[in-house]
Amino acid sequence: MQRIKCECGHVNPEGTVLCEACGKPIEQNQHIDGNENKKLLNMRYEGSARRSKTYNKSIVDKIWNFFSSVKVGVWLIILTLIASAVGTIFPQEMYIPPGVNPAEHYKDSYGLFGQIYYQLGFHNLFSSWWYMILVASIGVSLVICSIDRVVPLYRALKKQRAKRHDVFIQRQRLFGETKNATSEDIQKLVEQLKKKNYKVTEDNGHYLAEKGRFSRWGPYVNHIGLIIILLAAMLRSLPFMYVEDYVWVREGETKVIPQTEQQYYIKNEDFIFEVYDENDERFAEAIKRNGEMVPSNFQTNAVIYKVDGDTIPGQDPELTEVKSGEIIVNKPLKIEDIDISLYQASYQLNEFQSMSFKLHVKDDAEENAIGEFTFDMQNPQSEYDLGNGYKAVVDEYYPEFYMENGIPASKSKYPRDPAFIFFVYGPDIEKYEVNFLAIGANLNPSEDNKYKLSLTGLDMRDVTGLTVKRDHTLPYFAVGAIIFMIGVVQGMYWYHRRIWIHPTKDGVWIAAHTNKNWFGIKKDLEKMLEENNIEMPKDQQQLE
Amino acid sequence: MNDFYTISSNFLYASFMIYLIATIFFAATIRDKRKEHKESKAGAIGISLTIIGFISQIGYFVFRWIASGHAPVSNLFEYTTFFGMMLVFAFIIIYFIYRITILGVFTLPVALLIIGYASMFPRELSPLVPSLKSHWLYIHVTTVSLGEAILAVSFVAGLIYLIRQIDQSVKSKKTFWLEFVMYSLLCVIAFIILTSTFRAMDYQVVFEKTEAGQTYTTEYHLPPITSPNDMIMTTPDRMNPLFETPGWMQGVDAGRKFNTLLWSLLGGLALYGLARLILRKRIGAAIQPLLEKVNPDVVDEVTYRAVAIGFPVFTLGGLIFAAIWAQEAWDRFWGWDPKEVWALITFLFYAGFLHLRLSRGWHGEKSAWLAVIGFAIIMFNLIVVNLVLVGLHSYA
Repeated sequence: MQRIKCECGHVNPEGTVLCEACGKPIEQNQHIDGNENKKLLNMRYEGSARRSKTYNKSIVDKIWNFFSSVKVGVWLIILTLIASAVGTIFPQEMYIPPGVNPAEHYKDSYGLFGQIYYQLGFHNLFSSWWYMILVASIGVSLVICSIDRVVPLYRALKKQRAKRHDVFIQRQRLFGETKNATSEDIQKLVEQLKKKNYKVTEDNGHYLAEKGRFSRWGPYVNHIGLIIILLAAMLRSLPFMYVEDYVWVREGETKVIPQTEQQYYIKNEDFIFEVYDENDERFAEAIKRNGEMVPSNFQTNAVIYKVDGDTIPGQDPELTEVKSGEIIVNKPLKIEDIDISLYQASYQLNEFQSMSFKLHVKDDAEENAIGEFTFDMQNPQSEYDLGNGYKAVVDEYYPEFYMENGIPASKSKYPRDPAFIFFVYGPDIEKYEVNFLAIGANLNPSEDNKYKLSLTGLDMRDVTGLTVKRDHTLPYFAVGAIIFMIGVVQGMYWYHRRIWIHPTKDGVWIAAHTNKNWFGIKKDLEKMLEENNIEMPKDQQQLE
Repeated sequence: MNDFYTISSNFLYASFMIYLIATIFFAATIRDKRKEHKESKAGAIGISLTIIGFISQIGYFVFRWIASGHAPVSNLFEYTTFFGMMLVFAFIIIYFIYRITILGVFTLPVALLIIGYASMFPRELSPLVPSLKSHWLYIHVTTVSLGEAILAVSFVAGLIYLIRQIDQSVKSKKTFWLEFVMYSLLCVIAFIILTSTFRAMDYQVVFEKTEAGQTYTTEYHLPPITSPNDMIMTTPDRMNPLFETPGWMQGVDAGRKFNTLLWSLLGGLALYGLARLILRKRIGAAIQPLLEKVNPDVVDEVTYRAVAIGFPVFTLGGLIFAAIWAQEAWDRFWGWDPKEVWALITFLFYAGFLHLRLSRGWHGEKSAWLAVIGFAIIMFNLIVVNLVLVGLHSYA
């Protein structure tokens, strides 16, 4: 490695633009920070030697230089930004109605554009390989550009001396000459600076007043935070870090909680669905405008059980209550032992639990029962004995009934709107009689039936839909976010200000630099120099 | 509605008027011959009024909170009003750092436009759906809003910079886009004027369609330039629609929104034409001489500082708090919902802005343009994402 010795005696690493100690421009390297033909020195990285600006030979150099460039970083940001925007034009696949064919859905709902959108894979844009690559590239860029700059910057700030080279002082943005300034004037300024909480160091009558250097590390701290967040996102693909599942539990039902190795059970004691009172004068108008009920609460009262001892196959396990509580939107229930949380995610009101029927003579006005039976949706039988030689055989059961082109069918397997076709057999029935029953309709195909099945009662219950989640990556995201916020605030809300006092033969030069908020440093100086013979430095950028 | 609601509405009305008067006082400082930074009487009155108006708007906020029982940031009217309030707050902060009265001449009218725009949406108290019932409602929403408001100050400063600096002696791309920004602001004014006029007249047109035995209706409150797709007008004696909204516009009430948009664009065009007719030059060119006294370097720094201050606040509220709440309410902290994605886009955009500021040549005019684009993104997220794109945040 070629080292560069400055006239002040300090040895600088290869690629240094401004001597780390005295700030004198190193002639052959001025092009690196674009200082040639410029009045002002580029102070962005203190003119320190960055790897990316020094080596450009091997493949490693080239990759390093590519990712450490701010320009490349900004391009990656812009590309990610545009891609993300494209991803919001139409809903992503996860937000289209469940069960529909995406190919048809995008075409039918959004026409030709929708079809193109689907075919380009934009319906799953955020999990596409190229989007991942974009985000990963930003991650790589964050790492490389930070390392490229932070090390030399740290060196340069550590090695800086209070006494700076004349050229360095003259080529600062804020620079002023005062002739006939006495050493008392200088001392007075030094005292004022100290009072303003500047850290003042002295070197041979030259002074450096510095404040808020730590804000220079802000960008690197926030980059670390971002990298942690990206790593946490990668951790989510590991199953022991992150599981997600779903369970539907009917009222009164006890069900195994998925992802707990059959060790935990949940009982749905009650599902509560509440709506706002439309007579509440506060909200009456809004509810009227809305045109339908506005829900106010979804809640599952649940009991969690753990399996006691070993389970014998074929037998129901022994259960011990672990905890009971409410699962409300915004208030998940956590099972601490296994670090699983249950979230109120969905519900289904008034699912049929059981329906009771009776058989009677069709023309009997009293509808006296010959026999009765109850159809349990949880435990349906294929036939029901009605006594006295009568029986009802279930020919068809449609849990969620509708007519498809004149033929009865079921939309789902969930008993939301059940319909049945029963065959009734009896000693005085020749073959059998067909009974077609649906809620609110008796669609008997034949008028010649002697007997009739009628609905006598029904039980309904609600079903709750719970998300089962374990997410060990959350703490990592939290740490990343906190570090990011600390870094951003550190970098944005504090400023690194330096003021150099540079005595000359017949007076004093003052130069000042800040990484941001020039208005603030000028105001600082103006106030201090108001009652001082030293003149206010001029903003050389404005004069440029 | 109850008394608190009435008190609250009066406070909001009062602050609207006070901001209006404050703007006039700030405008009076333009003619002031004194040097920059030296406070003039008009400027002092202007900022005092602004603070009084702000306190009055806090009154609106508090009483509405009492009336509804939850923080009034839960629908489009409430959120947008709050955003206007935060913009005034951000302006007050920046004013006390930089003491630039001209910032008031531009920020307060923008705040007035935002509040005016907000009040075009349904204003009655609305109940909270279960997913919104959380302390995070006000923690998340208020922080986002404050962050966006501070970022909006950078837009105002950028706009001042552009009007001050762009060469108006020749027609160029820059003058065109600057006029376009002016035109957009006029469109908002047109929207407010048209909506409130037709509302005062109780104007209404109903469209209907019957599909699979069910009847759907849409109500227009502006005369229909465009009718909803596949629907029939049932209100007699109304203007006949000129054409039908294209079928690919799918959102809820797409026809009505498209119709309102067309009216705003046309109204803006009319206002713009009128302004040109009166001024006999570009709007930018007409304002430019008033800004001679403004120091462009200081304005440029305000543009940057506002982003530097607003960016962390926005990130905290719009991404971090948002994620924590989403984790609680929807069991996932990030779900690629359009609103979330556009918050990410805003974040990325301003991150890009801050990185570009590192390079020479991106100060001044380029920064100012970026600040304008950034505000456009924020407005897009506020208006278009809620009204057009379908997602979990479509509360209004």
